[in-house]
Amino acid sequence: MKGNIAVCEGAIAAGCTTYFGYPITPQNEIPAYMSKKMVELGRVFVQAESELAAINMVFGAAVSGSRAMTSSSSPGISLKQEGISYLAGAELPCVIVNVQRGGPGLGNISGSQADYFQATKGGGHGDYRLIVLAPYSVKEMYDLTFLAFDLADNYRIPVMILTDGIVGQMMEPVEINPEFRVQSSEIKKDWKLDGCKGREPRLMRSLIMEEGGLEKHNWHLKKKYDGIKKTEIRCEANFPDSAEITVVAFGIAARICKSAVKKLRQEGLKVGLMRPVTLWPFPEKAISDIAAKSKKILVAEMNMGQMVEDVKLAVNGKCPVEFLGAPGGAVFSEDEIIAKIKKL
Amino acid sequence: MYEKIIIAGSGGQGIMFLGNLLCNVAASLNKYTTFFPSYGAEIRGGTANCSVIIADDEIGSPVIAEPSILIVMNEQSYNRFLPKLKKGGLLFVNSSLVFSAPPDAVQIPATEIALQVGDVRAANMVMLGKFIKDTKVFPVAAVNDVIKKVLENKKNLLEVNLFAFMRGTKL
Amino acid sequence: MKKVFSKPESLQDKNNSYCPGCGHGTIHRIIAEVIDELGVREKTIGIAPVGCAVFAYYYWNFDVTEAAHGRPPAVATGIKRCLSDRVVFTYQGDGDLAAIGTAEIIHAANRGENITTIFVNNANYGMTGGQMAPTTILGQKTTTTPNGRDAKRDGYPLKVCELLSSLDGVCYIERVSVSTPKNVLRTKKAIKKAFENQLNNCGFSLVEVLSQCPTDWQMTPVESVKWVDEVLSKTFPLGVYKENTEQTRK
Repeated sequence: MKGNIAVCEGAIAAGCTTYFGYPITPQNEIPAYMSKKMVELGRVFVQAESELAAINMVFGAAVSGSRAMTSSSSPGISLKQEGISYLAGAELPCVIVNVQRGGPGLGNISGSQADYFQATKGGGHGDYRLIVLAPYSVKEMYDLTFLAFDLADNYRIPVMILTDGIVGQMMEPVEINPEFRVQSSEIKKDWKLDGCKGREPRLMRSLIMEEGGLEKHNWHLKKKYDGIKKTEIRCEANFPDSAEITVVAFGIAARICKSAVKKLRQEGLKVGLMRPVTLWPFPEKAISDIAAKSKKILVAEMNMGQMVEDVKLAVNGKCPVEFLGAPGGAVFSEDEIIAKIKKL
Repeated sequence: MYEKIIIAGSGGQGIMFLGNLLCNVAASLNKYTTFFPSYGAEIRGGTANCSVIIADDEIGSPVIAEPSILIVMNEQSYNRFLPKLKKGGLLFVNSSLVFSAPPDAVQIPATEIALQVGDVRAANMVMLGKFIKDTKVFPVAAVNDVIKKVLENKKNLLEVNLFAFMRGTKL
Repeated sequence: MKKVFSKPESLQDKNNSYCPGCGHGTIHRIIAEVIDELGVREKTIGIAPVGCAVFAYYYWNFDVTEAAHGRPPAVATGIKRCLSDRVVFTYQGDGDLAAIGTAEIIHAANRGENITTIFVNNANYGMTGGQMAPTTILGQKTTTTPNGRDAKRDGYPLKVCELLSSLDGVCYIERVSVSTPKNVLRTKKAIKKAFENQLNNCGFSLVEVLSQCPTDWQMTPVESVKWVDEVLSKTFPLGVYKENTEQTRK
């Protein structure tokens, strides 16, 4: 199964009832597949006139209580930022998939990880966060997309799947957990707009002009984000206790690093890997703990240094942090990582 | 086993199909496998290539820097990918369209044979047959089964593809 | 005693905050009356725009959300596609619909989305203090056209009804005003028709209401309604631009 198709299947299994998209490489398999599958299932598919329209259609679907998704790639995700800010402000759940490509500008169409800042620091205007999940295999494309819908509904928050052109385009066998085929239970949405029959009219908005209202709303959001930080951090550590050098990487970069680490372990080097699965909330404590035990940390990303800033904050001087980057459009090889680690 | 295979040629030569097929056979035999199509400026130049990894263990990067096996279907791809081939790696060329390959390369007049079996588009299957015969990466029967499964709904294509594949295994 | 006049149920019991002489209050009320008369209050979802009418949700007594500037037709599409048996309408001003949201309105109309759009054209950006709008007429002074709109520099007023009526997905387009009691009644008839079309699955309906903005036009309310009749409606003639209620959405 192709990574992009796994996203579709994960969404469909999670009960995604509406999809709105707009073509952009390297995620075109998603709207193409959804246009067929969603219609077959009697669900909603609309090809919007722009990314702006697509994300605002998601707003409409989400406000009516539906499980909604859109997908795009880097330049398109930039266009969606306005809508994402409104969704975050109005606390509407939805899933946004970013199959990253090289930037800035139109960049190119090969995989990249250069949208880390945009995804994890808000992206649009205002003080908000998204839950950001970073799959590193086709199987995780499925599993994390499935999970994303529940997280979105549970916390009334937009969730982003931050993947890239390589994981999106690659194909590998996937065993689908059969229990995942069951649509997860509907979370009660006592805020949705579906007509005020038998209840008081409701209002969903992100404009809060009443005196002190916005301040209160932002405190409420902060509290919610703090709660997510407490319970929803996900990461995977390989050899956390016996590593002198720990590599920190996410998504496709982590996959490449994982096999480099394995090779080095076979050579007897004490190397480990820490892979954040949630980029927000960021596994600060896990990284801080590893820093206390490691001599050095190497951050490897397919960008020129973004997550490394969060790693440095988490490490907080406990050990030196080195960086290996591959700029937009480039992929590093296992051998490059091995060479870099050996030099440390 | 950890085979890193690059298949390259021009659009329409069934490059992606062949890559997909290998990936499917690997999966049917419970191997770890990845398939990664190359999409970039070269697609506009009319060439297509893909990377297939088949392994007994978890696979890291699906992108191949140094292939252990190279299957090339035309001259342009040959020139482009030959420098990447690992030292001691295996080279399979479609000698109907690649003229400058060294004598130690496995030369297969795949396009000519495909024309003989009735469909020029089956050259990829001839290459596959010879590749399977020489490398023994997979049993012939396993490949046969997957071809049948993949082309289940395209009976007219199934016959010629299977035939071309079997011809390849006998070269 | 027989009650001859009362507040529609679809309107909350509040004083509105619009300027004296502004058309929004009248148009809000017309919509509320129509929704009551059609008996659809409990299945209506309105979408407020960015602009003066963003506060429409303070006055209506049914479910309302608010969209980003220009995006109500996309939000309405999302809602209506999920809840096809509900009544979904957008309420948009000229900056919202005819400038920043041109793509959204054209494509929602062209898809024949089964929604209703109430387009309030007061020939300027009211909330931000009276700047030139796409519908500002030639020669009209605004804070960004201090010497009057000049076609050479600013282009021409955008005629939304004329533009949209060429689209196949569109069911009904009419331009009305609220400058006189007679026009108010005509507006109510048009808005009612636009909602009825939706209930009959006829596709996209839009009613453009020429509305007065005395504050930003720097006129008295009386002068402003006169200006609508004598000047504004010369550039934007009232009338039905398209009516194709035979067409039913599949």
